[in-house]
Amino acid sequence: MRVTQFAALGAALSLTAMTAQAGTLEDVQARGELNCVVTTGVAGFAAPDENGKWTGFDVDFCRAVAAAVLGDGEKVKFVPTTGKTRFTVLNSGEGDILFRNTTETMSRDADLKLTFLPVNYYDGQGFLIRKELGINSAKDLDGASICIQTGTTTELNLADFFRVNGMSYEPVAIETNEEGITNYSANRCDVYTTDASGLASTRAALDDPSAHIILPEIISKEPLGGAVRHGDDQWADISKWVVNAIIIAEELGVTAANVAEHAAAAGDNPSINRLLGTEGDMGAMIGLDKDWAARAISAVGNYAESFDRNIGPDTPIGLARGLNASWKDGGILYAAPIR
Amino acid sequence: MEKNNLSATGSTMKPDYVIGEHPDLPPPSNTIGPIAWIRDNLLSSPANIVMTILSIFFLYKILPPSLDWMFFDAAFVGEDRNACRAVADGACWAFISERFKLFTYGFYPIENRWRVDLSFVLLVIAVIPILFDKTPFRKYGLWFAMVFPFIAGWLLVGGFGLDPVPTEKFGGFMLTLVVGITGIAFSLPLGILLALGRQSNLPIIKVFCVSFIEFIRGVPLITLLFVASTMLSYFLPPGTNFDLLLRVLIMVTLFSAGYMAEVIRGGLQAIPKGQFEASDAMGLKYWPSMRLIVLPQALKISIPGIVNTFIGLYKDTTLVIIIGLLDPLGIGRASLSDTKWTGLSNEVYLFVALFFFVSCFAMSRYSLYLENKLQTEHRR
Repeated sequence: MRVTQFAALGAALSLTAMTAQAGTLEDVQARGELNCVVTTGVAGFAAPDENGKWTGFDVDFCRAVAAAVLGDGEKVKFVPTTGKTRFTVLNSGEGDILFRNTTETMSRDADLKLTFLPVNYYDGQGFLIRKELGINSAKDLDGASICIQTGTTTELNLADFFRVNGMSYEPVAIETNEEGITNYSANRCDVYTTDASGLASTRAALDDPSAHIILPEIISKEPLGGAVRHGDDQWADISKWVVNAIIIAEELGVTAANVAEHAAAAGDNPSINRLLGTEGDMGAMIGLDKDWAARAISAVGNYAESFDRNIGPDTPIGLARGLNASWKDGGILYAAPIR
Repeated sequence: MEKNNLSATGSTMKPDYVIGEHPDLPPPSNTIGPIAWIRDNLLSSPANIVMTILSIFFLYKILPPSLDWMFFDAAFVGEDRNACRAVADGACWAFISERFKLFTYGFYPIENRWRVDLSFVLLVIAVIPILFDKTPFRKYGLWFAMVFPFIAGWLLVGGFGLDPVPTEKFGGFMLTLVVGITGIAFSLPLGILLALGRQSNLPIIKVFCVSFIEFIRGVPLITLLFVASTMLSYFLPPGTNFDLLLRVLIMVTLFSAGYMAEVIRGGLQAIPKGQFEASDAMGLKYWPSMRLIVLPQALKISIPGIVNTFIGLYKDTTLVIIIGLLDPLGIGRASLSDTKWTGLSNEVYLFVALFFFVSCFAMSRYSLYLENKLQTEHRR
């Protein structure tokens, strides 16, 4: 409770601190390191490996921004946060940018003074439940005990869903996804609810995945994306266009492997030329040099490469592209053009 | 009794001992040995018999499965969780051994980890003469202990010829040790000063100490850490970069100093007034009388409480997760998100629990040893 109050206080104070925090780009370049707010660990999105190196889908976006701004995708300091502390950390200036499975909402945008970056993962909230309970629809969950992460939109969606359907539930409050898995597998709650992407990996991690099902209902829209503080439009632009560049690179077939070749000289495709700075100087508009996007792409690859490496069908998480396919392939991933 | 026996068995036999110095007979066979021990301790009354049987039953129920899970049916090597599952149904310790370095060093750069090892060895060398007064060359050892914090700080943080390592790379056991030991080392003297200040006759010092202690005791540590990590940036001039670990160290030290002060005040109040008056009568000034007469007695009384505070502080280091530093628990939780290993929470929590148990149990045993060594009164 106290933490939430502090979060509110932090958001309020950020208004006064804003003037001091313009010039994030200069701060980051002077520091030589990007402070990126991530989770304490969500499989596939952000977690340290056995050598202490952070990997994951969200992590890749941090590295892409660092590569664009600092020229090196390794120059990132990861700031692990819980669902409650993430915005305070960003607003207080301890973090420069946030990539933490964070749903864009109006109140976060306006009230918490965040500027959201383009959505990098379209998600929705689902339910994971034991097969033996014989429940096949979320509408039958009346009276269930449900493990739910505090301080998240899933908490609010859940309350809405049960209210609309005139049902009651017993919340079991948890702090992190990992705690949710532990509580659910120890039978302390009947149902675990979080974003569907998290549920897939949770189910894969259970002792006997076939004994659990994910209910068909998706009860919310969860557009996950990065965010920066209000008050520094240049920094917001840089972050936004790095995310767009990663998405556009997939559309144009630019990969980590061929980006150097494409960037060496102007080719036939003007879109690729503009993206990689071989034609015009788009980078100057956001305070960077011509090669900003080329550096970002060579650090982490395009959207498809990062997706497949971290959360795609060949990983233990095994998520299909689904809604997150490029608009050219029938998905809704659609980035504004660079021109 | 004995004489009667003797005369009864045979007055004609000459005893093989000097009269009046009969050697002790061995105790009756039913009062010694394992059988007697069992009878005395486990089966002495009907209630105890029932308890013993119940305990054996529960041990039988709990012990074999846990041992199976932990050792006999556990996998110690393997590439990932599936490899573990293929070999054994029990614990998958391969996960812990793969992650052991991460648990130990956190994110400390691999090529510089020898500096952490060296600091740890020096720590042991520095601590032994403080803990045991029969250590050879103790005087030099104590001098070394005085300079050790500077050496360790230099080794861990770098600079002056070593590669600088930013403190946010600290993690795992080394972070717990850095925070725990710094907190313990600085909170004791600070706590003593605060306790003396609270008893002082000088109003300004007294008011300051009382309000400090009451403030610290009125606020949870997690709040202080949170303020240190995020709120501080609002109050400091923009552009100030105040090391995060340093903020944590200061907050943890101040926090436990507040508690320490109250523990020591308990000790001070147990000293009879006569002791203060006697030291005044000896002509001792305030500091010598405290150092020579009052504090040695007060601290001795307070040992259990002091160690209690130390242990609490040591365990509270896990709260640093709230400000984005990963202690062993945080490392463990983050490791559980590795897709190769997810779902092994029992192994991780047991391992971290073992680490904390070993450290805290050692502290509590040392405190018992110290109490026994300083025992001067009659035992009750």
